[in-house]
This record gives sequence, structure tokens and C-alpha cells, in this order.
Amino acid sequence: MYRLGIDVGGTNTDAVIVDDQLQVVAHIKTPTTEDVYTGIVQAIKQVLRSSDIDRSQITQAMLGTTHCTNAIVERKNLADIGVLRLAAPATLGIKPMVDWASDLAQIAKEVQVIGGGFEFDGKELAPVDIEAAQAFFKKCSQHGVLSVAIIGVFGTVRDDQEVETGKLAQEILGSNCHLSLSSRIGSMGLVERENATILNATLYKVAQSFTEGFERSLQDENVTNAQVYFSQNDGTLMTKETTRDYPILTIASGPTNSIRGASYLSKLKNAIVVDVGGTTTDIGTLTNGFPRESSIAVTIGGVRTNFRMPDVISIGLGGGSIVRETENGITVGPDSVGYEITKKALVFGGDTLTATDIAVRLGLAPSVGNPELVQHLDQQLCQQALQVIKELVEDHIDAMKVSSEPVDIVLVGGGSIIIPEQLNGVKKVHKPKFFETANAIGAAISKVSGVFEQLISYDQTPRDDALELARTEAVRQAVENGAIAETVEIIDIEDVMLQYHDGNVHRVKAKAAGDLT
Amino acid sequence: MRKIGIDQLEDIALGASLLGAGGGGDPYIGRLMALGAIQDHGPVTMLDPEEVPDDAFIVPIAMMGAPTVLAEKGMMGDEFRVLVDMISKYYGKEVYGVMPIEAGGVNSMLPFVAAARLGLPLIDVDGMGRAFPELQMVTYTIGGVKSTPMALCDEKGNSTIINTVTNKWTENLARALTMEMGGSTSVILYAMDGKTMKEYGVKNIVTRSEQLGKAIRTIKEGRGTPQENFLEVAEGIKLFKGKIVDVLREVKGAFNIGKVVFDGINEYKGQSAFVQFQNENLACTVEGKILATVPDLICLVDTETFIPIPTDQLKYGKRVLVVGLQCYPSWRSEVGIEIVGPRYFGIETDYIPLEERAQNV
Repeated sequence: MYRLGIDVGGTNTDAVIVDDQLQVVAHIKTPTTEDVYTGIVQAIKQVLRSSDIDRSQITQAMLGTTHCTNAIVERKNLADIGVLRLAAPATLGIKPMVDWASDLAQIAKEVQVIGGGFEFDGKELAPVDIEAAQAFFKKCSQHGVLSVAIIGVFGTVRDDQEVETGKLAQEILGSNCHLSLSSRIGSMGLVERENATILNATLYKVAQSFTEGFERSLQDENVTNAQVYFSQNDGTLMTKETTRDYPILTIASGPTNSIRGASYLSKLKNAIVVDVGGTTTDIGTLTNGFPRESSIAVTIGGVRTNFRMPDVISIGLGGGSIVRETENGITVGPDSVGYEITKKALVFGGDTLTATDIAVRLGLAPSVGNPELVQHLDQQLCQQALQVIKELVEDHIDAMKVSSEPVDIVLVGGGSIIIPEQLNGVKKVHKPKFFETANAIGAAISKVSGVFEQLISYDQTPRDDALELARTEAVRQAVENGAIAETVEIIDIEDVMLQYHDGNVHRVKAKAAGDLT
Repeated sequence: MRKIGIDQLEDIALGASLLGAGGGGDPYIGRLMALGAIQDHGPVTMLDPEEVPDDAFIVPIAMMGAPTVLAEKGMMGDEFRVLVDMISKYYGKEVYGVMPIEAGGVNSMLPFVAAARLGLPLIDVDGMGRAFPELQMVTYTIGGVKSTPMALCDEKGNSTIINTVTNKWTENLARALTMEMGGSTSVILYAMDGKTMKEYGVKNIVTRSEQLGKAIRTIKEGRGTPQENFLEVAEGIKLFKGKIVDVLREVKGAFNIGKVVFDGINEYKGQSAFVQFQNENLACTVEGKILATVPDLICLVDTETFIPIPTDQLKYGKRVLVVGLQCYPSWRSEVGIEIVGPRYFGIETDYIPLEERAQNV
């Protein structure tokens, strides 16, 4: 039995095959193509060719892809939608999508705020204005809208109004109408959660097309026994159906997959992962085997959202970073020769001094290009450039730490040859085998998860009981999502007090994950 | 008199996060409401305090409660009309204009919502020159202005006016009402005439906020280094530059109390410092020596972007410039120190102005 993992990145599409012991059997890298789909097909072809396994033995196939991010950034293939907020008279002071770019905002054909919503403690703010909802969905139907975003105030505390309104939408718009309920997508903070829900609603066609495309390309290559999964940005997998329901959760699955892949390859559960590409380096934190979540609002295509995203910092440093001598000393990046590195870098016969040339000259990467072409470079200058790279990485690693204790570092990605193996504040630098395709490996070895989030007053529910409830609910959710119950573990639990607020109210959050059946 | 449109509003919001001195709540949700109100009703007219007649009736506009709740259960938008009508009827006076009570954080933005929606001018003045956690902590208290009659309104349309015997009672009653009304309310308090406003208010604080916001936005365009430009415009005194090595928090009542510890970087390498906070930053101690306390503003900004960092976003590894800004002069009076000096917040030291402390370093 084998698993096939594919990760579509900005520059490269990587593919791996792992066996049932999760050992890497084959791995390849191919350029990401304009239409992405062709690149995926190429990757599948190549990785199958480079191994001689029985295709019928591939039982699971995982895809991590940038389709959704691209669609938002390029405003392509976005579906017309309706946006309905359950909140009035609360929130009428803030119109939905008020600070969106107009070319993106026009995806919403009908936007309305109607009666509904809850208080922070679950009391009803207002009942859902059923008549207004019916009228709204009828207007949507006149526009041919087949996807609606429904956002209720404190929907993260109670979701029943969103669920009921969703049913009403499908009664009027048809059972195939795509539903995006805010309680399933974002966390506390109405506007950010609403934004994420709207983006999710407009991405449904994109998700339909890449999920179908992936299945089709597998069939074309005679991989017919594989269950298909898609990477989401918390380092776990979704089924095809869930992906179609929540396409937005695929955004930023790339960095997440490299963090998970790095964890698997290095056998570390807690470390900082440094993924060096051609142009940028992503630094993320591995906590209990999963990426740490970002605690601040994240902007996608200019829209502020709050759905969960990995806490990753990107710096303008990569194998293709351009090295310059200036009045103020040596600089490295942030600009890069990017994918043209094999033409422009000195070691490949080009005329641009890059970080890779520095690494080759100093003997860090002896097998890259032609070392003779950089022999003339001044040793001291190269040492200075390496020092610049070292300090840049050290500073950002430090910013990702949670304490001053030295940490383990896992170096992955094709560009990681430029990073020296001695770094300050670091216990040990690990550079595992197959480091170049850690992201596709991350996709192949992923688990499935469940989450719980609610505001709880510790005066009413003691802290221990609240945390227990959170754990139980997260585990239940993970099993519902397809995890084998015995393998499910709590991977994250936290409680944060609400500021400027009496009543000892805390936001309690838990996440669980387990192996796929 | 000048007009405040969307561009100016963005700068004011950014400046307000600096004047929050670590607290006051993220201005984001307020900014969105103001943005929508200006889009619908056009730019807001802002008056210099000197343009306001002595007998004009002016009302401060604010929210009370948890900014986190406001960020989920935003306003209906009509709260300010309800409040203004109610207070106007109660006093038997037409409202001439609105003003912020707190220039820092989310409360900096709400008066713009009221001004745009009601077509009233906004006065370039506030009662703090920054953000503070309790409602008696305004310069008007120094002038003996009463906080009540105070009008409260929730997003459901419930409203009330309360009268109290002391400002401390106002704080207690208003907070209890706010909790019962669902965790956040819109309020008018410290209604006053133009003369009182001119005598005790922190004048031109909105303009200052705009200048600060613009300076942060265009920090890379100035003549000097970004840090020099920032300190020059902020008229700030550099207190420390360091990396956060620890954040200690505890919870008392509705307040987030704690201490953030730094190890020096660059010119401060080898030194250590800490800042104590209660929602807002209270005191900065470098190498065991106190360099600044409330009511002076202690602001933590990112060393690269100069974006202010609120106390609830402090975390290990962040590189921070700690800057002291002088508070409004009347806070430095005896009464002022009694209301918002270091001892009120449990810091056992006399108040010494920031610039004097700096000279003795």
C-alpha cells in the first residue's frame, strides 16, 4: 500500500510516494505551470515513472495546492454569492465588505443584514427574521446565485440560527446551493470571520474544479484505488466533500505541509522549521508535531480575516537572493533571480552574484553548479555575506521562539544549502534526508483533526470542567472527520481571558488530531 | 475648521493606536464603522476648540465594555442618535457638537461615526490625551466636571440615563449596566459647555493623532533614519530598545495586569528593562531605574515598522522600541497625579516627569 503526496507551490510542484511504513519511495520536483493542472499531471506522471510500484496499490492520494490563493489574488473563477448577516439591529453600523477593494467586492450580488444573533453568553440577541431571510434568498435566486455566506453574531458561541437559515437557503435556492456558515470557518471577531466566510463562499467553483481535476488526473494515470484527500492549513487533511465545503481552509497549506514534512523527516515534535526556497524563506514553529497557529488577523488578497492560519514569517532570503556590496556593507536580498537561478547565478555560468554562489565558494554546497566559476570570489567578502545571511535567519528564528531556551532547527527546501549549520540560540540544526521535498511528504503523511472554541464563564463552569469539555468536543469532532478514535490526541488547548469584561469569561479552544482510517 | 475624509481617518486610527499606550482596544472595528459612515454621509467637519462658542453644548462619545465583544456584536449605528436625542431632551439644550473622550484605541473612532451620521461637527479635543481604563480618569475630573447625567444605549435599542453622587459610582453602575446589556454599550458622559471644554480638555489631540499616524505610515520617506524621524514627530524620548524575553500576566477583575521583560539590543545590548501594565502601560524600568510612569505615555512600537504593539499582543521575541511621550500638562497637577499617577495603579513611586527622569540617566 502506498500514499501519493503532491504539493503545488509558487515555483515548484513536488510529488512523493511513501509506503505503508511512511518511508519515501520516490520523490520529484517539477515547475508549477500557469494553469496548475498541467503541472499536477506532470508531477503525477514523473513520480510514477521514477518508481516501479503497482499503481493499484496506491490507496491514498493527497494534494496541497495554491489554487484558492491564486483565485483570490487574481480575481479568477470566483462565484457570484449572497451575503446574509444575522445580527440586526446590532452591527447595522458596519456594512459587510465595507473596506474591500471594489473589484473583489462585486462577487456579492445581494448583501443584507437581518434580525438575528446571540449575546456572548448564548442568550438570543434577536430571533432570525424568517420573512426577511426568505425574501433575501428569493432575490439571490433571481441573480442565479448558487452559493451563500451566512454570518451570525456570536455564531461561534451558538450556531443554531446559522444552521436553520442555511436550511432555508437550500429550500429556496435548491439543495445543491453551497452554504458557508461563519461558525464553521472563523473565530471570534465578526468582520474578520465574515470576510473569511465570504471568501469561502466565492471559492466553491474553484474547489469543485481542482478536486475534480485531481481525481481525473489520477484516473488518467491508472491510479484508480486511491481515496483522495486535500491538505488544509492546520497540517491535517480534508476529504473531497469537506474541501468543497471549506475551500478557504486550503489557503497556506504549503508552508504547513513543509512544517509537517520537516517534523516527520526529523522525527521532532517541537522545533522551528526553516524552509528556504529560491526567493523567500518561511519560518514556522512546530508545536507537538503541528504548526503553531497565528494569533493575529491575516490578510488575503487585501481582505482581513481571522480563520486559522499557520504562524509563519516570510523573509526575502533564498538560494537566488542577489548579493551586493554597498557603502553600508554587504547586502543579501530581498530581491532574487528566482526561477532563473540556473541561468543567472555565477555557478551556472551567469553574471549575477547570488547567495548560492556564496555557499558554493565557501564549500557549503560543493555539488551545486560549477564551483570553478566562483573560485575568483574574495573569501572575506563571502564570509561577510554568509554572516549577513546567518544574522538574518538567527533574528527571525528568535522572533518565532516562545522562550530564550535554545531550540532545534529543521532546515528544509531546495535553497537551504545557503544556511550555515552553526546558528546562535540554536540547539542543533537538523537537515533530514529528502529535505528538498518536505512539503509533498507533509501532504502524504497528514492526519485529520477536530476543533472546539467557545466563550465560557469560569464563574459558572469551573476551569477544569471547561477544559475537559473542550477536549471531549475536539476529539469527537476529529472522529467525525474520519480519524481512528484510538489514535486521536489533543494537540493544542488554550484559554484566554476577555479584557475589560467582568464575569471571569474566557475564550477556550482545543484541537485534536488522529490517523486516517 | 477642516474636513476629515477617509484618508485622514486612516492616519488618525493609526495614531490612536500609539496614543492608546498599550491599551484602549484595537481601533479597527471603530475605523470600519467610521469608514462606512463617511462613505454614506460624506466627510466630517472638525472644529478647532477655539472655534466653539462658550455656551455651546458638547457631548463626548464613547463605548464602554469589552472591545472584544464590540468586535463581534457591532453597533446598530443609530445608538448615537438615541443618545444625543436623549441627552438633549434631558438638558433641554441642542447638541452643538461631539468630541472623543479618549484619543487612544477604539474610542478615538466612534465620535466620527456619530459626527458623520448626525451631521454634527467633531471638536478636536479629548479628555485624556491617551487611553485610560476607568471613566473618572479624564482631565474634566480635575475641573470638577461631573460624569453624569450619563446616557447609555445598547445595540438592541435599550437606553437609560443615570445620575450618581460620585464618578466612582458612575463607573460601578455603568459597568454593571453594560454587562447586563450584553457586554458593550455606547455612552455619552461628561456633557459640558464650550467654555469648560476649552478650559480642561486636551486640545488638538485628533490632529496630533493624525500627524502621528501619518508619520508612522511614511516613516521610510523622511530625511533621517526611520527611528530618528519617528522620535522627532512623536516628540518622544527613547527609553529602551530590546527583545521581549518574558511576558508575565495575571487577571484582576476586568483588567489584564502584568509585566513585560526585555533584553537590550543594539545600543542597549547587555542591559535589561521591564514595563508594567494594567491594560495600558504604567511604568518603564531600565537597569533597575524607573525612567517613566503614568500619566506620561509609555508606548511600545515595532523596531522595523514602528507600528504600536498593544499589551495583549506582547510575546516573546518581538523587537520593540520603548518610547516615552509627555502627557497633557494638567495631568501633572496634584489632582491629576491623584487620579492617574503611579500610586493609583499600585506603583510605589512619586511621579516625576519623563523628561526630568531622562536627564538623570
